[in-house]
Amino acid sequence: MPEKIEGRAIPLPLDNVDTDQIIPAQFLRLLEKKGLGKYLFYRWRYDERERPKSDFVLNDPRFKDGSVLVAKKNFGIGSSRENAVWALTDYGIRAVIAESFGDIFYGNSIKNGLACIKLDEKTVNEIIEKARDGNLSVTVDLLNKKVIFDGKQVSFEIEEYARRRLMSGQSEIDYTLSHYLDKIEEHEKSMKAFMKTNLSETLKKLIEG
Amino acid sequence: MPYTITDKIWQSHEIAREDEFSLLYIDRHLTHEVTSPVAFSDMRQRGYRVRRPDLSLAVMDHNVPTDSKENPTMDDLSKKQMDALWDNSKTFNVPLLDFYSPYQGIIHVIGPELGFSLPGLTIAAGDSHTSTHGALGSVAFGIGTSEVEHVFVTQTLWIKKPKQFRIKINGKTRKGVSAKDLALYIIGKIGTGGGIGHIIEYSGETVSDMEVEGRMTLCNMSIEAGARSAIIEPDEKVFSYVKDAPLAPKGQEWEEAVDYWRSLKSDPNARYDKELEVDASSIKPMVTWGTNPSMVARVDGIVPDPSEIKDQTLKDEYERALKYMGLKPGQKITDINVDYVFIGSCTNARLSDLIEAAKVLKGKKVSKNVKALAVPGSEWVKRKAERMGLHRIYIDAGFEWRHSGCSMCIAMNSDRLPPGKRSASTSNRNFENRQGPGGRTHLVSPAMAAAAAVYGHFVDLADVDIAEVL
Ligand code: SF4
Repeated sequence: MPEKIEGRAIPLPLDNVDTDQIIPAQFLRLLEKKGLGKYLFYRWRYDERERPKSDFVLNDPRFKDGSVLVAKKNFGIGSSRENAVWALTDYGIRAVIAESFGDIFYGNSIKNGLACIKLDEKTVNEIIEKARDGNLSVTVDLLNKKVIFDGKQVSFEIEEYARRRLMSGQSEIDYTLSHYLDKIEEHEKSMKAFMKTNLSETLKKLIEG
Repeated sequence: MPYTITDKIWQSHEIAREDEFSLLYIDRHLTHEVTSPVAFSDMRQRGYRVRRPDLSLAVMDHNVPTDSKENPTMDDLSKKQMDALWDNSKTFNVPLLDFYSPYQGIIHVIGPELGFSLPGLTIAAGDSHTSTHGALGSVAFGIGTSEVEHVFVTQTLWIKKPKQFRIKINGKTRKGVSAKDLALYIIGKIGTGGGIGHIIEYSGETVSDMEVEGRMTLCNMSIEAGARSAIIEPDEKVFSYVKDAPLAPKGQEWEEAVDYWRSLKSDPNARYDKELEVDASSIKPMVTWGTNPSMVARVDGIVPDPSEIKDQTLKDEYERALKYMGLKPGQKITDINVDYVFIGSCTNARLSDLIEAAKVLKGKKVSKNVKALAVPGSEWVKRKAERMGLHRIYIDAGFEWRHSGCSMCIAMNSDRLPPGKRSASTSNRNFENRQGPGGRTHLVSPAMAAAAAVYGHFVDLADVDIAEVL
């Protein structure tokens, strides 16, 4: 993932967009995370007969290639379903700008390279207003911790760990393995006997009944 | 510097730190069929392996049918998720307690029961109620699917250390008051967000007097107060609880482990970010009336009146909840009739829970308007109960005596609360649609659920004969 994300802004001027709205529970039983983009905001996007609702922003041709979603307070509250993040990224959203985020959603987003950027209410409203006609390009500059739009630059705060993970674009697993494998192995040597007992034999007997 | 038990376990498992995040070694990893498939398929694509299959355990619980092992009722999606776990556990060499295993059961029941979960460990599972295992004196986290994969591949987790919240519970509980009532009382007091960002450490004489399975109920429900996890210092009761478990250490290893576990106490002057004291002697059996676990009243109380609430958001929430639940302000809790009774889930389906409910049921009959289900937390719990003859008490009373699984706690299998029907349930979530679309859930303890089954409405256990079953 780059140091900068640039894309067309999609305004979603709502508070409390919960993970149930981002992706309804009926899609949690699928076995893959790919392809969830078509179910993103399912109940807002389609009517009962699965026809696109013309009044929803994702169905507006002007925002078709948008990749920076801009919402208001408490985006992503609700259940822990990581499927909400997968639906957004699979659709093509690369950054979400909002006043605040649900805790677990925020954590899940870091793992999936989705940049969640917190800005103050005034700036969020300004971006939303300017984005309405579908012509606003927004840049999230992770390196300099700035959001750039309409010739303006606004700073944002983000945890260092989260920022590094987002910028590297490397999977967290690859990162851990390439930097800490020796420490993991070292720790495994020093574990107390009861912690590292090999449980396989006993488990095998239990499993066979 | 004085440390809490959480600090001590954290320090001995933190293998690196980057700013506010710790890289924590995970000693035991549990997994089930619903939150694991995406993690496994990603691992296949990227060619990863499970680093420590010997410290991992998979179990089928959320989707499993509970009606029969020979002729189970199962839909296609459930079957697909179970089949996927079966394939994945073979491919990745992860031990699996499948649908037919005599030790199959709910993830948070089998972990402690088998001695897979022990004191002093770090434990993770792709399931929010993993806090349950903290009752043994371990640091236990529910995690998302990406984290499940991270633990499988690296046996570690990047995690911000939670703040610490100590809840001291003192005083002797009244007749009929259980750990579930304490948990509901506390959630009612601190709210569904009261524990956000924290691990709750329970202490005090009521907690030390409590049996280990009650402590699990307490830790389990902490999630419903928004907490990240919960923990209780391990003591002799815990050691004897795990001593004979099949996966517990043996011989010399056991002696060493117990010596170490005895040292796992919070230092007297340890600092907490938040504290609360609770007087257990004032608590009555509790019943939830709304659509989240903080909407709760004493059994001798009434349904609250939203018009008396000033805060507009809360008032709206209460109104919406009463509408969904089909209840009237001021209605007596004991006047609420139930259609279904569910004794089950990772909160309250261990042997002691089944015993407490059986004491109420012995020699009585389930009300004719009630359909009642008893779903033991594991197949082993079921066998233990049957050896004691408990199943006879349930069956004679008119309960269905089922196989283990999550069942009507989450309604992913065919055990569902029908629309508009009302349940007394020993599970942990009374959210809208949780036990089935349109279903109305009242959370209670096992003995309260049993009493509701007999009388057809909620009753104060103080007014009920309680038999000795042993
Ligand atoms: S019993 Fe309910 S809460 Fe517990 S693990 Fe199963 S679905 Fe989750």
